[in-house]
Amino acid sequence: MDFEIRDSRPIWQQLAQQLRQRIVTGVYPAGGRFPPVRELAAEAGVNPNTMQRALGQLEADGLLITNRTLGRSVTEEVQVLEGMRRQLAQERVEEYFADMKTLGYSRGEAAALVEEGRRGENEQ
Amino acid sequence: MSSELVTCKDLWLSYGTVTALSGVNLTLAAGRIVGLLGPNGSGKTTLIKLLNGLIQPTSGTVTIQGLTPGPKTKAQVSYLPDRPYFADWMKVGDMLDFFEDFYLDFRRDKAEEMCGRLGLKKNVRIRTLSKGTLEKLQLVLVMSRRSQLYLLDEPIAGVDPAARDFILRTILTNYNEDGTVLLSTHLISDVEQVLDEVVFLQEGHVILHDNVDAIREREGKSVDALFREKFRMGGQGGKDNVW
Repeated sequence: MDFEIRDSRPIWQQLAQQLRQRIVTGVYPAGGRFPPVRELAAEAGVNPNTMQRALGQLEADGLLITNRTLGRSVTEEVQVLEGMRRQLAQERVEEYFADMKTLGYSRGEAAALVEEGRRGENEQ
Repeated sequence: MSSELVTCKDLWLSYGTVTALSGVNLTLAAGRIVGLLGPNGSGKTTLIKLLNGLIQPTSGTVTIQGLTPGPKTKAQVSYLPDRPYFADWMKVGDMLDFFEDFYLDFRRDKAEEMCGRLGLKKNVRIRTLSKGTLEKLQLVLVMSRRSQLYLLDEPIAGVDPAARDFILRTILTNYNEDGTVLLSTHLISDVEQVLDEVVFLQEGHVILHDNVDAIREREGKSVDALFREKFRMGGQGGKDNVW
């Protein structure tokens, strides 16, 4: 999974979002060492100061723990990780509803379509 | 402030009757990657040449760490001109020797390692290199210096996307973190994500100087989109066309 800067939002926010995804999906395992800023910046092809800002946000989220001597590591707190996973899921649900609204579907109708899709999958 | 690296005060430059810079005021801090953006003929190359001491201002001042550009600043400024400047009878190895002789801050091991990655042999003549490879070689040599200020004039113009990627990554992974990179271009979408801040030049004036993410936050659009808007719609003044 590569970093992608696709839209007009601030670059650091897009990086933070993609790093959250990597953390909750275990690309960087809980309690494990987190790569240094310069390494991540080089991988993403972005300015190190911008990557630094994204990591600052992840620290504020509680996903990253900074130790003066050991550098950064991913939190071991399952609750924090699970909470973030849930938050990312909810954001996508909201995106889905917003997208369906442009097609003229209400939230109820959009939810019914999801249920229909789930049943269809079960039948296969 | 001690972190101020470059200061331009009411800087004017005229070539005969043509005014290239009209009262530029600009301060650049240390440790930043700065994009110098503007259409052709907006004064980008002129500003870079002034910082480099290649030309003298008509009026106003330019200083680097408080010093007027001269031998002392040149020892700390690494410059990539906007056109090839290597003698074409030389070999790649000659250029390495040349840079090593000339600049105290040249890191030969770094340059050799990058040449190796590009597959550039020392006994190859400059004349035989393709345009893209020559641009990459020039950039490798310039970025192998450990300088306070890197002045890169159109480092990615006229090369293919893969070469562009190599060049941007070379800049990102090799610049001195305490130093500043000033990079001029009109290909903004390619460089936007490597920049801390941008300076927009229009007809010799600085019309905008801000952080990339601050612009995105405030305007709700990328710097590239903002640039297109400013210079499509704002450029109706008759002077905008250089010819």
